[in-house]
Amino acid sequence: MVDTPLSDSAAKDPSRLRLALQSDFIYQFKRSPVAVVSFAITLLLVLSAIFAPLIAPYDPFDPGSLNLMNGFSAPMTPNAFTGDSFWLGTDDQGRDVFSTILYGMRISLFVGAAAVAFAMVLGITLGLLAGYVGGWTETIIMRIADVQLTFPSILVAMLIFGVAKGVTPVEYRDQMAIWVLIIAIGLSDWVQFARVVRGATLVEKNKEYVAAAKLIGRTGPAIMLRHILPNVLSPVLVIATISLALAIIAEATLSFLGVGAPPTQPSLGTLIRIGQGFLFSGEWWILLFPALTLLTLALSVNLLGDWLRDALNPRLR
Amino acid sequence: MALVSVSHLTRIFDVSKPWLNRVIERQPKALLTAVSDVSFNIEEQTVYALVGESGSGKSTIGKMLVGLLEPSTGSVDIRGVDLARETDAQKIDDVRADIQMIFQDPFASLNPRWRVRDIIAEPVAARGGHTKGLSERLLEQVGLAARDAGKFPHEFSGGQRQRICIARALASEPKLIVCDEPTSALDVSVQAQVLNLMSDLKDEFGLTYLFISHDLTVVQHMADKIGVLYLGRLVEEADPDTLFETPKHPYTQMLLAAAPQLDGFGREVIPPTGEIPDPINPPPGCAYNPRCPLAADICRTKRPELRQIGTSRVACHMVDATD
Amino acid sequence: MTPTLSIHNLTVDIPTRHGTLRPVQDVSYDIAQGEILGVVGESGAGKSMAGNAVIGLLNPPAHIASGEIHLNGTRIDHLQGDDMRRLRGKHIGMVFQDPLTSLNPLLKIGDQLTETMLAHLDISQSDARKRAIAALEEVGIPGAAQRVDSYPHQFSGGMRQRVVIALALCAEPSLIIADEPTTALDVSVQAQIIALLKRLCRDRGTAVMLITHDMGVIAEAADRVAVMYAGQLAELGPVRDVLTVPLHPYTDGLMGSTPLASRGKARLHQIPGAMPRLDTLPDGCAFHPRCPRAQADCTRNPGPTLADAQGRAACFHPLLREDVA
Repeated sequence: MVDTPLSDSAAKDPSRLRLALQSDFIYQFKRSPVAVVSFAITLLLVLSAIFAPLIAPYDPFDPGSLNLMNGFSAPMTPNAFTGDSFWLGTDDQGRDVFSTILYGMRISLFVGAAAVAFAMVLGITLGLLAGYVGGWTETIIMRIADVQLTFPSILVAMLIFGVAKGVTPVEYRDQMAIWVLIIAIGLSDWVQFARVVRGATLVEKNKEYVAAAKLIGRTGPAIMLRHILPNVLSPVLVIATISLALAIIAEATLSFLGVGAPPTQPSLGTLIRIGQGFLFSGEWWILLFPALTLLTLALSVNLLGDWLRDALNPRLR
Repeated sequence: MALVSVSHLTRIFDVSKPWLNRVIERQPKALLTAVSDVSFNIEEQTVYALVGESGSGKSTIGKMLVGLLEPSTGSVDIRGVDLARETDAQKIDDVRADIQMIFQDPFASLNPRWRVRDIIAEPVAARGGHTKGLSERLLEQVGLAARDAGKFPHEFSGGQRQRICIARALASEPKLIVCDEPTSALDVSVQAQVLNLMSDLKDEFGLTYLFISHDLTVVQHMADKIGVLYLGRLVEEADPDTLFETPKHPYTQMLLAAAPQLDGFGREVIPPTGEIPDPINPPPGCAYNPRCPLAADICRTKRPELRQIGTSRVACHMVDATD
Repeated sequence: MTPTLSIHNLTVDIPTRHGTLRPVQDVSYDIAQGEILGVVGESGAGKSMAGNAVIGLLNPPAHIASGEIHLNGTRIDHLQGDDMRRLRGKHIGMVFQDPLTSLNPLLKIGDQLTETMLAHLDISQSDARKRAIAALEEVGIPGAAQRVDSYPHQFSGGMRQRVVIALALCAEPSLIIADEPTTALDVSVQAQIIALLKRLCRDRGTAVMLITHDMGVIAEAADRVAVMYAGQLAELGPVRDVLTVPLHPYTDGLMGSTPLASRGKARLHQIPGAMPRLDTLPDGCAFHPRCPRAQADCTRNPGPTLADAQGRAACFHPLLREDVA
């Protein structure tokens, strides 16, 4: 009945990756044009942000390569003084808008991803603890979460930003700005992770596989990390994707309001803030192209998140 | 000496509403007595079965035996070690390693994200033991293939999953396995396979089972001794032949009469009356008195003790009168 | 006399990306007025799917691929939308395993009963209420006049199932489909519900399709039994004959694997293997890979039909019994 020798059975296990590729999940993905298109756009934008130094025709932050004479070049039109032509035009200082967008997207994506990662770690940890331990631990964590939710997240972020600005010395302020942004957005975002993880943990911890692990003598942390965590991750993945879009927008909002990324490290939001000053003087491209990029990025990530939610939760369909 | 000795075991759950609601609605604390003063022994290498309907406390007893729940009062002694009061951590650990459990729902009792190999080996891995080849060997022992070790639980049917659960329970070479409704989620033909497997393994490894079930026919097939529970109380205990031929407690008699029989063609059962009472407010005296055809005044005031009658132990005031 | 329900060569298909699954294949049976037909089988045998096909509750993409269903002589398998809904409430009552899913938790049970009656019977509001109370009394709910204004969650599991039965009966249907009606209930309550179903069936002449996995329930309640395996009828006949002298090896194996008092602690008979999945059905007789009586010709297509063994068992090599005429 059994002919497989014990020794080589381990080698033949299909990897998790191969199992994933054969799954219904990938099948559904291929059948959803929205998912495929938004995934392709997201991937394109992310890759071009990562490889910005290789793709960008100019380095907008190298003062040596800038020529003030190139300022206010319209898109695809040779400059009146130098004759140089730029795809998407230049800003007031002669920086290539296409290049600043690529670099700006880097900052936006980095801040967004890092903020979501921070919120995830915080939210998952607190959610697991609240759900698994229960009692006072749960009460305290979830009440803090409730209070957090009564403040608009932008307000929380501005508050943290303001405090951080007050305590950091002036010379470090620009360097600190990015990290303060990440913490500020992350802190305003952990609640939904905590809530979802707590809810899922409450369901999982009453399942019999957890009881089985308990009576083996596994300790609480081991059960939380090795047993429960892998089983509560799919809703987290959905929230993370949608949060990424929101975090990018939050970062842009803060930067637009002038409390975010400094002009020396401009994000898409900073670019939009700079660009809006020129809208009524006729240099529309300085605003329009960063804004379109932000829109596309946020929209495609969001659509991807929506699809993911439907795909991972068949009951919604 | 008995492997397991349960004495005066009681478990009370606080099922009150949250404190604030209680204060506002002026309600007292609601206490549910799931298990009330239950005592029995399990001899080594025998099968002791607990039967009862929902709310009889049979699963709660099982959980207290394996240490998933603490008893409110009373004690569980396993090989002379009282799990709730023993202070020597090493002793407790040794006893724990001797107890395993098989659960009812084969779909919830295996972690869906783990490979079968890791699931089966976990009881040994958790104690830092040697696990190479262990899962493969155990899989073959329970009638699956060694190559199944690399699969995930969702690739198996309910019966196969229950075999995996049995393999996991065997991994730490336990003496006692608590089986909580191990076949009630399975089809008849699969149930037969699993029951046969459990009987075989019992003989092969010298195991002792506490077998928890609501199914009288399964219990009769498996058990060496049967305890009948009603509303958290042990009402009768006897060996299967005695219990099924001459049930003494009126509840046992009712249960046996109500159970559908394979050869009961067109049988007109006089259906039992009433339902199981609310365990938060159990009736005074004998818990069965509101449904009992024999109930007398004493049954409504005084709780009957388990008494030795013949080879059975019965908790009924009227049982002598009916003999 | 026309049978209340007549299913003729019913086949249900589920198209999937891996191919078409056939959870019900070429199934035919009748239920006469006042008869209880037990439909028994293991999970995945298609017993519930056949019931759902009758009441038009197949979940898409599952659909009736061929065959006919007649209720009191009228063909019903092609009915759609409103027609099906009217038929379901008026002529077919349903009782499911979990009584909570059949009751609206936000409506008083009296309102649910009167609503159903007003929709299907030509009676006044006050008549409907009287009838609702009478229906609750009939299914044995004590204090029906007061309880009629309670919500479903105020009843115990057994009482709730009685309410569901009252709901199924209140429009005076000619057929009741009971899908595992007692599986979620305790033994003592189960006995009450079975007794109730039998009494109602006898008093009113309602036909009942009793779908269950419990052979004991079938033995006590059913007049005839249909044994299903892998979407097909394995055996169909009077309950006493089928259970005491089965002709199909599967029925025989099923009986043997049920623990029985008279057999004591002897090893249970074991049917090797498991029911094949619908996407990997074997050729010929679906049971032959597990069958102790299998011979070379068991793989021939088309597979066996009931006609192959005295109109009772779909088997090429049935157990031979002289005492079954």
